[in-house]
Amino acid sequence: MAKYLLLKHYRGAPAAVNDVPMDQWTPEEISAHIQYMNDFAARLEGTGEFVDGQALAPEGTFVRYDGEGRPPVTDGPFAETKDLIAGWMVIDVDSYERAVELAGELSAAPGAGGKPIHEWLELRPFLAAPPTITE
Amino acid sequence: MNEALLRSLTPSVLGILVRRGADFAAAEDAVQDALVEAVRVWPADPPRDPKGWLVTVAWRRFLDATRADTARRRREDLVDDEPAPGPAPTVDDTLQLYFLCAHPSLTPSSAVALTLRAVGGLTTRQIAQAYLVPEATMGQRISRAKRTVSGVRFDQPGDVATVLRVLYLVFNEGYSGDVDLAAEAIRLTRQLTAAIDHPEVAGLLALMLLHHARRAARTKPDGSLVPLAEQNRSRWDTQLIAEGVEIVQAALARDRLGEFQAQAAIAALHTDAPTAEETDWVQIVEWYDELARLTDSPVVRLNRAVAVGEADGPRAGLAALAALDDSLPRHAAVAAYLHERDGDLATAARLYAEAAQKAPNLAERDHLTRQAARLNARGCR
Repeated sequence: MAKYLLLKHYRGAPAAVNDVPMDQWTPEEISAHIQYMNDFAARLEGTGEFVDGQALAPEGTFVRYDGEGRPPVTDGPFAETKDLIAGWMVIDVDSYERAVELAGELSAAPGAGGKPIHEWLELRPFLAAPPTITE
Repeated sequence: MNEALLRSLTPSVLGILVRRGADFAAAEDAVQDALVEAVRVWPADPPRDPKGWLVTVAWRRFLDATRADTARRRREDLVDDEPAPGPAPTVDDTLQLYFLCAHPSLTPSSAVALTLRAVGGLTTRQIAQAYLVPEATMGQRISRAKRTVSGVRFDQPGDVATVLRVLYLVFNEGYSGDVDLAAEAIRLTRQLTAAIDHPEVAGLLALMLLHHARRAARTKPDGSLVPLAEQNRSRWDTQLIAEGVEIVQAALARDRLGEFQAQAAIAALHTDAPTAEETDWVQIVEWYDELARLTDSPVVRLNRAVAVGEADGPRAGLAALAALDDSLPRHAAVAAYLHERDGDLATAARLYAEAAQKAPNLAERDHLTRQAARLNARGCR
């Protein structure tokens, strides 16, 4: 029973095998892709492994404290080189192996030509609350 | 409203329904309904026979829920034939429930959830909170678990080791939300010891009590960890320790050693020492040897290396550590500690930092980062 974060990247991850930008897919291919993602989430809800998931807008802003009495500094939209998170899903599974299996399935979402995208997903374990036994 | 009473009655009420022929999943739903009803009604109108009341209400709920079935007639006849609810032998039913909820066909998380709900009497919301998942997720986990075991025959004895593993999983989850899972695991294990005479059940109960007794001393108010050697021993719960030691001694005397008894023996040796320096590390190493023989677990051998380091000096500990795979969880933390005791502060600081990166939880990561920082600060002076 451990929670994992599945991160989907706009940018920053290695290129997908079937690497065609989404705006060049047919509308049917886009629908099939979205359906796959929804089905995936619904299936995990059914197995009791789904915790949460959201998509994120590409626009984001870096914000920094700028000293007493001054408004926070913002550096505007992310610079071109930065990693960009497209969305995330949190799962709660029995093992690391199961987490990898699910990430693999999510990465197989269909893209251009109805073929799996084979995109790279990032899989990160949550730092848990400490267990009772610590010594 | 006595929630503890309700929870303690849950398994026997459920057991009675199943024994009367109700399907496990439907019976479990009916019992949950009856518990909710009890919470609503009892404060104003407490029943004279709480268990009888629960059985009656749960059985009615079960019949209501299945009324639409083709079996309606038969079940209604059944309730007419049923004698008025009253005291019933509970021990066997409860024990069967433990086995059912820890059935090998269930995944660990499902077994844990089902045990807390069916044997522990917790609500789905409470279990979801304790495991920090949405209530809907936990609800699905429980209903899948119920479906998985609904075809399992209720009268077969199960594997005690599986039940103990599930209870220990619950215990180690610590606590969050409004349910203390460690306390809950102790309650369920106590109940199990009353139902089954097995030295390993006693061993697990003793182990839980001995660990639990040190809980208050284990963390500072801000949540940071206090290592065993630095714990304020006056904050240990001496009553729990005395009980745990007594239970493990009685279990060991029966000469059927198992891993929980061996772990409890180690915990007892720790709690027995008036100061950290007076810990009987030589005997602890011997118990780790027993444990390694029983489990062949690399984690046990890692812990053994720590004990060897205390009994025979850090060099001996490092030698024991050298035989182990360095990809083991907490390997770097153990190596850091032994190197520090051996006087090699630079290596220790580097290993503490490495261990912090691999730490599985926040409190441990912060603790290890502080250890690295402490040694690095000393080096600068």
